[in-house]
Formats: sequence, C-alpha cells, structure tokens
Amino acid sequence: MSGGSYYVPATSKWPILGSLALGGMMLGAGLQMVHGWGAPLLGLGVAAILAVMALWFRDVVRESLQGLYDAQMDRSFRWGMGWFIFSEVMFFAAFFGALFYVRTFALPWLDGEGAKGVAALLWPDFTASWPLLNPPDASVSGPHEVLSPWQLPLVNTLILVTSSLTLTIAHEALKEGYRRTCRNWLAGTVFLGACFILVQGFEYYEAYAHYGLTLDAGIYGSLFFLLTGFHGMHVTVGAIILAVMLVRIQRDHFSGDDHFGFEAAAWYWHFVDVVWVGLFLFVYVF
Amino acid sequence: MASKLPKSPLEHSAGGAGAAAESPGAPPRGLLRWLLTTNHKEIGTLYLVFSLSMFFIGGIFALVVRLELFQPGLQFVEPEFFNQMTTLHGLIMVFAAVMPAFTGLANWMIPLQIGAPDMALPRLNNFSFWLLPVAFTLLLATLLMPGGGPNFGWTFYAPLSTTYAPPSTTFFILGMHLAGISSILGAINIIATILNLRAPGMRMMDMPLFVWTWLITAFLLIAVMPVLAGVITMMLLDINFGTSFFNAAGGGDPVLFQHLFWFFGHPEVYIMILPAFGIVSAIIPTFARKPLFGYASMVYATASIAILSFLVWAHHMFVVGLPLVAELFFMYTTMLIAVPTGVKVFNWITTLFQGSISFETPMLFALAFVVLFTIGGFSGLMLAIAPADFQYHDTYFVVAHFHYVLVPGAIFSIMAAVYYWLPKWTGHYPSERLGRWHFWLSVIGVNLTFFPMHFSGLAGMPRRIPDYALQFADFNLVSSLGAFLFGFSQLLFVVVIVKCVRGGEKAPAKAWEGAQDLEWSVPSPAPLHTFETPPHVTPQPHP
Ligand SMILES: [Cu+2]
Repeated sequence: MSGGSYYVPATSKWPILGSLALGGMMLGAGLQMVHGWGAPLLGLGVAAILAVMALWFRDVVRESLQGLYDAQMDRSFRWGMGWFIFSEVMFFAAFFGALFYVRTFALPWLDGEGAKGVAALLWPDFTASWPLLNPPDASVSGPHEVLSPWQLPLVNTLILVTSSLTLTIAHEALKEGYRRTCRNWLAGTVFLGACFILVQGFEYYEAYAHYGLTLDAGIYGSLFFLLTGFHGMHVTVGAIILAVMLVRIQRDHFSGDDHFGFEAAAWYWHFVDVVWVGLFLFVYVF
Repeated sequence: MASKLPKSPLEHSAGGAGAAAESPGAPPRGLLRWLLTTNHKEIGTLYLVFSLSMFFIGGIFALVVRLELFQPGLQFVEPEFFNQMTTLHGLIMVFAAVMPAFTGLANWMIPLQIGAPDMALPRLNNFSFWLLPVAFTLLLATLLMPGGGPNFGWTFYAPLSTTYAPPSTTFFILGMHLAGISSILGAINIIATILNLRAPGMRMMDMPLFVWTWLITAFLLIAVMPVLAGVITMMLLDINFGTSFFNAAGGGDPVLFQHLFWFFGHPEVYIMILPAFGIVSAIIPTFARKPLFGYASMVYATASIAILSFLVWAHHMFVVGLPLVAELFFMYTTMLIAVPTGVKVFNWITTLFQGSISFETPMLFALAFVVLFTIGGFSGLMLAIAPADFQYHDTYFVVAHFHYVLVPGAIFSIMAAVYYWLPKWTGHYPSERLGRWHFWLSVIGVNLTFFPMHFSGLAGMPRRIPDYALQFADFNLVSSLGAFLFGFSQLLFVVVIVKCVRGGEKAPAKAWEGAQDLEWSVPSPAPLHTFETPPHVTPQPHP
C-alpha cells in the first residue's frame, strides 16, 4: 500500500439519477406487463439509464486521464469488477441449477420414478424425455423439434471461442504497445460478437417460425430461452463495452501497463464466452 | 481482539489538522448534500435512518397481525389483508430493516476500523443506498394496487406467488430486483474496501471481528443475491410470459422454486447474523476489559458457518417430499452448524470469565444477545431433526425459532451497536437511564411475545393463519401483549437517539474505557473526513 495520502472521488449526481432511472424503468416495465400501458416510461427509463451510464463513465475516464487515480484506486476497480463477475456467475448458476434439477429430478419423478412416485398420479400417461417435446398437460404444447447443436450453435461456438482468442491477441498487442494491431484485433472481436448476436437472432427466428420452440413451449422452451436469452443479453452488453474500448484505443486512452478499462472488458468477454461453452454443452449437446 | 491503536491515538487522526487537504470542491449543501454524498459516514447515516423508519413500518404490520391474533375469531382485518401484513412484515424487516442497518453500520465503521479514508468505491456506495428507497416505495405501493399487495408469505412459494398471486406481484418482483442490486453493489464495495484499503501494517488477522464477519457476509451476499434475482426472474416469466418453470403441467416443478429460494434463503439468515457476531465480539471484550478469547477460532468459525450455509438449504423442505438420502444429508449438515456456532458462544462466555465487567447499555444488549440468540439456536437444532420437523413444520414453533434469532439476535445486536458507537457518531453519550429502560422493556417484550409461541407451536398452531382454535387463546393473548409492549418501547429508542444527537454528556475519542479498535483513535464525533493519510498500524500478536 502506498504511503502517501488517499484519493477520494468527488461527489457526483449520476448515482442518484441512475437509481431514479432504474426505478422508472422498473415501474414502466411493471405497468406494461400488468396493465399494458407502461412502455413509454420503460423506454424513457432505459434511455435514462444508458445516458447516466455514459456520463458517469465519461467522468471516470476523464479523471483517469487526468492521472487522479493511483495504484490503490486501480486495485479497488479490479476487486470491484472481479466480484461483479462472480455475482454474474452465480446468476447463471441459478439457471443451470434449474436446468439440471428439471432434467435429473423433476421430469423422471413426473414419470413415476423415485421412492415418492406420487407426482406420477397427476399425468399417468406422461413419459419423461429430454428435450421434452410432450409436456405433461395438454394445455401446454411442446416444440415439434429442437435445434441441432451441430449447425448454427456449433458455428456460434466457433465464433465466440475465436473472439476470445482475437481479444487476447489484441490485449497482448496493447501490452507491447502496438496500438494499431490492438485496434484491428479488437475490431475483429467486436465484429465476431456482432456475428454471434445475428446468428442467435436468426436461430430464435427459426425456433419460433419452424420448430414451435417458444418461450411458452413447456419447460424445454422456458429453460432454452432463459439461458440463451440472458446469455445473449450479456453478449450484447459485452460487445458494446468492447466497442467503447475500441473508441478509447482510437483516442489513445491506454498505455501498455495502464489499461484497466480494457482488461475489465476482456474479463467480462471471457466470462460470457465460458458461459456459452457451458450452454453449448448442456443446453444443446447433452 | 488484538489492540492495534497507533502509538499515540490522536497522532494520525487527520480529521482536524489536515483540513487543507479535504476532498476536492466544496460539498453541496442542504438536501442535495444527502442526495449526492459519497462520504461513507453520511451514507452510513442514511442507511441507518432508512432502516429505522422501515423498522417502524414493518413493526406496524406486525402489530396488525398481533392485534388480529389477540383473541380467536376474526375481529379487525380480513384474512386477505392479514396475509398481506404477514408477508410485508417479513419482507420489510428482512430486506429493508435488518440488512440496511448492517450495511449502514458497515459503512460507518469499517473504514474507521481499518484506517481507510472512505469506502473503496464511494459513488457506487451512493448508488447502492439510493436504490433502496426506490425499491421499497415500489414494494409498499403494491398495498394500494388492485388485488392488494403480496399475500403469499415472505418466502413467496410458487404457485401461490405465480399462478394464484395478485397482479401486484410483478411490482413486488421488480422492487426486489432493485433491492437485490443494491445489496450486491454494497457488498462488492465492502469487500473491495476491506481487501484493498486496510491501513499499512494491518494484516487480515489483525482486523476487528466486525470487519471479518462483514467480509464473509459480503461474500455470501454476492453469492446468493444473484440466485434470488434468478428465481424472481423465473417467477416474472411464469406470471407474464407463459413459461413453465414452477408449473408441473409444462414439465416444471413448484419444488424447484423452493430449492432455488432456500439456496438463497439459508445463507440469507447468516447474512443477517454474522455481522451481529462481529458486533458482539467487539462489545463484550470492551466491557469485560479483556481481549476477545479465541480471536482466530472466531474467524475460522465464521468462515465455517458461511461455507456450511450453502449445504443446508433443504432443511426448510423436509415435508415437501424429498428422497430419504436428501433428508438425512440436510439434517446432518444442519446440525453440524451447531459446532462453529457453539465455538462462538463459548468464546464470548470465556471472554467474560474473570473479566472486570460493567453493564452499560451496549453491554446489556450484547449479553441478552448471547443468551437469547442461543435459545434461538437450540430451537433451530430441534427443527434440524427431520423426523421432529415433520411435527413442527409451519407451526408457531418455527415462528418462535426465527424470531429469537432475528429479534433478540440480529436486532438486539444492531441496537447494541447503536448504543456502542453513538458516542463516536455524535460526540455524546446516549442516556444511560433511558437506555436501560429501553433495554429492559425490550427484553421483557421480546420474551413475552415469542416464548409462548414455542408452546402454541408445539401444541400445533399453524403459522400465517388469522384465526385459531380456542386452546391457543391464552398463549396468543400473552404474545400480543408482549408485541405491543416491545413495539411501543422502540419509541424510547428514537427518543434516546434524538436526544443523543442533540446533546448529552460529551464523549472523548476513546469513549469506552476498555475499547481497543482503531475507530476510538479518531475524535468524537468523528470528523467528516478521517484517515486522509493512512495511519500506520503496528501489528501485535494475539493473546
Ligand atoms: Cu435455513
């Protein structure tokens, strides 16, 4: 720890505006879902959140460029980002836990397996299978067919794994001081991220249009869209962060040994990549 | 706890002297100052004031419940409204009173106890706090919505909270999301502060136990609040988008809800008690005028409790139809938690042994904590035994159990902390006379309220019911009288705090003779900015 005096950031209006914006977004979302008339407030809330984030980060970037942040502040950011990613890991862990629970316990029990066996009395004709094409009750219609892992999902896996690689090359280039090389590989990474999102969008279209695989198609559809949907949102956010980093590289914000913004973005991107590998294996393949 | 005061206590307190180097720019004045503040002390105060107000709102809900239960039959409220009161009482007390109170104490005290100038991420800190009023405005607003507020209990089991829930449930979910984000960001801040901003020379094993317990609590928060976010998101989708997560007709399972909820819920109860352990571990040595017995074992016991808390969740689900092997596993892991908890109680009592003890108000609350929390711990052990739980499940015995760990447990520790640190916050001692009145009325009120619930529960009275059979009438009458006594005595707490803020006997930097930690080296009241230059802490071996 440094011996000098501490750096304490000045007050800021962005946090309180951010919490109001988030509250507005939630209120709008709730009104829309319950009463069907909250969409404008929802949109306004989202826009306000994006604006607040942009301005808040702009302040942080400015302070960083002014050299206000010392090594200790840098470490605080690192711990902060690290633990934030851990919280994201646990968010996805809940969804993976639900997937495993349904496959290992819930469906076999509905089919009469296990010591208790009473759940089987509800729908005696039900047969457990995964992917579940025939939900227990006739009121819920399952998908006709599910997506093959070896077509678009495999392509997307290759895209995302490659993007982690290109990002690492960009990072190495930045550390060695090759700004142009870094910029090019980073641009490639953002491009791959955008490709992933497009492919995923197309896959969703296919699922809805041709496979009957929808959000309300029983537990398979629910889990499929829950896991891939939240992952897709994270890819989108990650790609936007990387795009911001591209702009910052362009403006020469980073040096070879001081570029935590870039590193945090990279951590986040690798995390999103690892989640996808888990998804590919346990949602699509097995 | 090792004493680690700098050689001369006031030498390093940068408060008064180094005023020239105060934070950049003049802080805004008036209301704006509170809206924009990034100062850990001001944010700590905001958290504590918020928590106290919510404590009264949640308390009024509890009194509505106790009023209805005063005698058998339906007298005052409709069953539907009664359910909303039990639900919101639980939600408000857990998420808006107890948790923010501990976060407020963490904000105030952790930087002072580790010699840091502020929290590691001060703006994030402001954001974390201001999410809370937004979240709970949304949550309380559900009471006014068509169909009423949440009525399914604070555990909001599906399908009661999905298929059969009032329309306002969507707003409840969104409010809980905001509260969850606040908790996660607050916890990240606390971890970063503890790991990164300790004064030079302070090793991890030199940290006061309040800091240690909060470090572990913050880890639990970051690990399980996202799981809560996940499960309420799945509820939201089930309610509004036709998914089947908790609906067996589509291949899902309502029991899945319980697994996910309690994977969050059990660590959550430790989130509400570990900081209490830290507070009591600070107060008992101070007023016993002896170092804490077994500092290292306290740290290891806290860590063990935290790790075990991830392996016990299904003890809340013994009667839901689990396989035998699961019943056994969760029974044994749950009982195992008694070991590290026992270590703690043993250490507190051993600290008292041969101490020169004095009984100021904070000490009274801390001692009551040790005794009454232990009663709650023992009834928890009874509930852990699966075959016995088949009888106790969803009876008032469970209500008695968790209120013993939460009210004379978590809440008494918060009160103890307030009495203990008020001199540091305000520069004045709280009134000892009123403090004693507050303490004794609270202790009597708490025990009158919750002790009879053990008996009504064992006799079979179910929880969350607005009416009951005649044989439970006497116990309920006593519980209700106790509840009103406890509730109204809390007004005394407000009087004590207000009087203390306004004036009273002046407190020196080291307000309590036996106090050892770093916070007592800065003046009382603590100036707005402390430790702007890091103090140097000389590590001392633990006794
Ligand atoms: Cu538990």
